[in-house]
Amino acid sequence: MRRVAIVGVGVSKFGYRPDVSLPELAWEAVKEALDDARLDSKDIEAYVVGNVGGWSSEPLPAVVVGEYCGLTPGSGIRVEAACASGSSAVRTAYHMVASGEADVVMAMGVEKMNESPTPTVVEFIGRAGNYFWEFENFGLTFPGYYALHATAYMNKYGATEADLCEIAVKNHYYGSLNPKAQFQKPITLEECLKSRYVAWPLKLYDSSPITDGSAAVILASEEVAKKITDTPVWIKAIGAANGTSNLSKRDDFTGLEAARLAAQRAYKRAGIDPNEPVKYLDVAEVHDCFTIAEIMAYEDLGFAKRGEGYKLAREKQTYIGGVIPVNLSGGLKAKGHPIGATGVAMIAELTRQLRQEVERGRQAPIKKGMALAHNVGGTGHYAFVTILSL
Amino acid sequence: MSTIIQKLREYLDKAEAEQIRQLDQLVAATGLPVYKDPKTGALLWVDVRELRLRFQLSVNRIAKFVEGLSQERLYYTVCKRCGAKYFPPQADCPRCKSSDVEWREVSREGELITWTVINVKPASFAHNKDYVVGIVKMPEGFNITAWVDADPATLRPGAKMRLVVGRRPGENYITYWFRPAP
Repeated sequence: MRRVAIVGVGVSKFGYRPDVSLPELAWEAVKEALDDARLDSKDIEAYVVGNVGGWSSEPLPAVVVGEYCGLTPGSGIRVEAACASGSSAVRTAYHMVASGEADVVMAMGVEKMNESPTPTVVEFIGRAGNYFWEFENFGLTFPGYYALHATAYMNKYGATEADLCEIAVKNHYYGSLNPKAQFQKPITLEECLKSRYVAWPLKLYDSSPITDGSAAVILASEEVAKKITDTPVWIKAIGAANGTSNLSKRDDFTGLEAARLAAQRAYKRAGIDPNEPVKYLDVAEVHDCFTIAEIMAYEDLGFAKRGEGYKLAREKQTYIGGVIPVNLSGGLKAKGHPIGATGVAMIAELTRQLRQEVERGRQAPIKKGMALAHNVGGTGHYAFVTILSL
Repeated sequence: MSTIIQKLREYLDKAEAEQIRQLDQLVAATGLPVYKDPKTGALLWVDVRELRLRFQLSVNRIAKFVEGLSQERLYYTVCKRCGAKYFPPQADCPRCKSSDVEWREVSREGELITWTVINVKPASFAHNKDYVVGIVKMPEGFNITAWVDADPATLRPGAKMRLVVGRRPGENYITYWFRPAP
């Protein structure tokens, strides 16, 4: 396996984007990534598109985007791993370069969720579990699946709705400093606590929004990377795992087994001590589709002991200056969660963090030169942990 | 006696009727299904073609489960070779690769593990009041996800739950749910 570097990254403005079509939205990120790498579309040998769709009109997004962005006839495919489709795109592109099949490959993610009305989107995401045994008769929603975890976690460990809201407050704060985030305003704990329930005990402000957005990263072999950039960021390890589709098949609802396994696999490959991962990492982007998800991520990743993740939130240890800064982009919660683009956007964000080129106030101090992305698909149906290093 | 199928179609049609009427008027007046998004001013083309989805799922190999429902019973499967128990029932045992399974009726009482209240509902459930979904641990060792017919404020982890199989009130097709055990 060859070493693989990230040589260019781009992210579109996230949010409600009726001003652009799906391929136009993709181009925003693709162009930024090409400019960042000082490459042209024709230099991209292959591309992988993370897109879940259903809510949007194009059934073959990879070819539509490839045509618009001038990436044809390079080989392109779409990949699906629910909300972790972006990470699976990065992983597939990584394998293409690592194996020697190609030298320059683009991974991108794009999603236009607002092509459908909100109840239809709620329906589509609610069906993303085990359709017949969870949705057909019981109408679970995506917040509902995470709410089942929140109830179990809060009952077992005594975390409160205010602890969950601490995550929302932090991520809205950093989102307000990220011009590409969907939400540009900080919120207070009271505003979060007063927001209406969407799936008790989760409220509107515990939830990531419906988002249109795109992200792109260009991966290159070591030989090519050294020719085109002075600041390559290396993909050091990717760990992946799956959980059962039907939540009732799981023993425990206070964490995500797939995320724990993905982290262990990534830590092993990266040479990180799983008992003290924060000693190796400057910054992390974790999958906060709901506030409870970020708290479980702290534990699944080993940033906190089991049952103590909510204390990191309560003690504000995941702001800059704390034990480990998490979601300085605003996270899914405030930056937005365009399903298939999210994982790619995490890698783009961490690349810029490691290069120390993000906006003032949300740049992590870079001392160890390593960063972690944790991207979960569904409710722990898929999990990817990606370690980047300078 | 109408069931949810026709009622749901009427409900969804009614919810969209005004938008469809406006779209028709727009096309009649301007010749194009194009309008300006009131929030952003962006030009939007509203799809002229509508796609309705209704899937046909095979339950052929779990026919015994369907037969059980019709008798208001809930069945699971046990692998005759290795003894693995499956709910939802499955006709194949991936553990020992056998497809020789026995059908058994699920016990009627279990313990609540976790629950939520669905406040914001999917389009196809929007005709319902807020509903409680729970996961219940059964004595056989597996869990069952289903609605819980109870005031959520009274629920606690470990609460004893009674399994009910019957026609769901208001929707009128046979399914299963839990209610607090007496």
